[in-house]
Amino acid sequence: MVINSELTSVGSAEVEETLAGQPVQPRARASRSSGATVGRSRGERVFGVVNVAVLLLAVAVTLFPFLTVIAQSLSSEKYIDMGAVSIWPRGWNIDTYKVVMADPMFWTNYRNTVVYTAVATAISMFLSTIFAYAISKKELRGRGFFIGLAVFTMFFSGGLIPNYVLVNGLHMTNTIWAVVIPNAISVFNVLIMKSFFENMPSELEEAAAIDGLSVYGTLWRIVLPLSKAVLATMFLFYAVANWNSWFQAFIYLDRSDMFPVTIYLRNLIAGASSAQTSGANAASDLTGISANIKAVTMVLTVLPILCVYPFIQRYFVSGVMLGSVKG
Amino acid sequence: MTSTATTRTRAATRHHPPRKRKVNWQLYSLLVLPVAWFLIFRYVPMAGNIIAFRNYVPGGNIFGEGWVGFANFEMFLTDPSFWQVFGNTVTLGGLALLFGFPVPLILALLLNEVRSRGFKKFVQTTSYLPHFLSIVIVAGMVMQITSMTGSVNQLLSSLGMDKIAFMQDPAWFPVIYVGSEIWQTMGWGTILYLAALTTIDESLYEAARIDGANRLQQIWHVTLPGIRPTIVTLLILNIGTFMAVGFEKILLLYNPAIYSTADVISTYLYRVGLQSGSFSYAAAIGIFEALIGLILVLSANLISRRTTGASLW
Repeated sequence: MVINSELTSVGSAEVEETLAGQPVQPRARASRSSGATVGRSRGERVFGVVNVAVLLLAVAVTLFPFLTVIAQSLSSEKYIDMGAVSIWPRGWNIDTYKVVMADPMFWTNYRNTVVYTAVATAISMFLSTIFAYAISKKELRGRGFFIGLAVFTMFFSGGLIPNYVLVNGLHMTNTIWAVVIPNAISVFNVLIMKSFFENMPSELEEAAAIDGLSVYGTLWRIVLPLSKAVLATMFLFYAVANWNSWFQAFIYLDRSDMFPVTIYLRNLIAGASSAQTSGANAASDLTGISANIKAVTMVLTVLPILCVYPFIQRYFVSGVMLGSVKG
Repeated sequence: MTSTATTRTRAATRHHPPRKRKVNWQLYSLLVLPVAWFLIFRYVPMAGNIIAFRNYVPGGNIFGEGWVGFANFEMFLTDPSFWQVFGNTVTLGGLALLFGFPVPLILALLLNEVRSRGFKKFVQTTSYLPHFLSIVIVAGMVMQITSMTGSVNQLLSSLGMDKIAFMQDPAWFPVIYVGSEIWQTMGWGTILYLAALTTIDESLYEAARIDGANRLQQIWHVTLPGIRPTIVTLLILNIGTFMAVGFEKILLLYNPAIYSTADVISTYLYRVGLQSGSFSYAAAIGIFEALIGLILVLSANLISRRTTGASLW
């Protein structure tokens, strides 16, 4: 396994440094940034200004859709229909929030999202951790086989139809299990955890074994408490993915009281889906549900992510860097 | 751990250690559930593709009943609507790769030239944001912005131009799709480039400056060659997945009025399979799609190994 040997080469110091939450920043280019100010030519200064301008433009482009949606969510329908709302609310109106929040189905679906995210993340963490720990042990006979079994699925998958047929065949449709089980393990995440466990000093676990701790005891009492950084990263990877997911629920759940909030939103956006599938008069989609209702639902769905974003972002960045070491 | 007490007492009598075997047994017990999961939810579906060659009856045996040979393959290969979605897939995937691939690279190069760390951090943090959104939200934003009362049409009418029903006009879909792809991925895609940029030897820049190279020349002659392996690797990965064009996004965005440019293999397969119930036929299309993807990765990797020496494995 190429991937395996390369992953193990992540120095443990590096893993700990990035996972400890230090911003993954390129080392400052000391000589270029400080020393250069003395003899900066005119060309250099022009370059610097243009550079900052282009980057500010990129920031503006990124933020623009968020600002329009927020502005629309706070505007009255009249101004939106006139096409007068851009990034600033017009006809200040918070009643739309009250309307959306008064819909019991919205809260039912929101609660479903919370439940699905919690259950799916718990299952994912459990399966990934025990699997990653087992395959991180060099003394495990057949280790290469088990790693290969997992890695192979990164390159080949069954595809949509056989997966659907399987979940149907297991009678999981219209249960929470169809949402939380079929994608429970991410091999990418497992490989990150495996390399973390491999880089843990083996003396600790040997000492634990001599003290008579079982494998389970060692994992639970020694290894996991020392792996909080990587566990937090994996937890966030899974939790955000589950919060955002919609497709599993879309194909496996029929009852609207079981939908996650992403499906609630999807049905609003699609104009209750019937117009889409029947092919009838798609233009009526836009007038079906008013734009500010859609905007409010979007804001309320994305709000939890936006609130935690500043704190979780760096974990994701460090996770990407760890995962890429194999590449 | 309920067995802690018993393991303690057993440990007290550990003069002849059969520990190796015991440890292994416990380690294997950890593997049981995950391996079962892989077999059921990853390997059974792989085997389930057999229904492409068999007759699958909904609700019946998941591996189908009775062989039909290549009938399903012949059916879609001779179907003009398949070739239309095939063409759309190549077009959308190709355009997204052509325009989407360079953007994170350029952004990373620009970020690398920023002197103020605070500003750099600010740009990075902001541009990563779309990566954390549900695709449903992204689709919702695209719909709002391109709607008749949305920002783009506001701009058009303020310039005195006619409004455009973007989501009803097949000609606009590739633009909307590629634009939203770039919006979603440009920031997040810089992470690996920025990491690679830190590994470039500072003395190379010194030498280039002494030779009189300006900023752009330094980028061209020092920075870009320095991160070439990263660029090539990411390009291979992107080429390998380019047939799998944003299935979920297109499924959320498209409507029958724009099928002629928006419908791709995966969405066609979804409609034929899950909505019309032709599972075996759709499975055959899925196999075809996977084969093309595999051929693309392998050939991109081969070409890159021959020409630049960089390869994925």
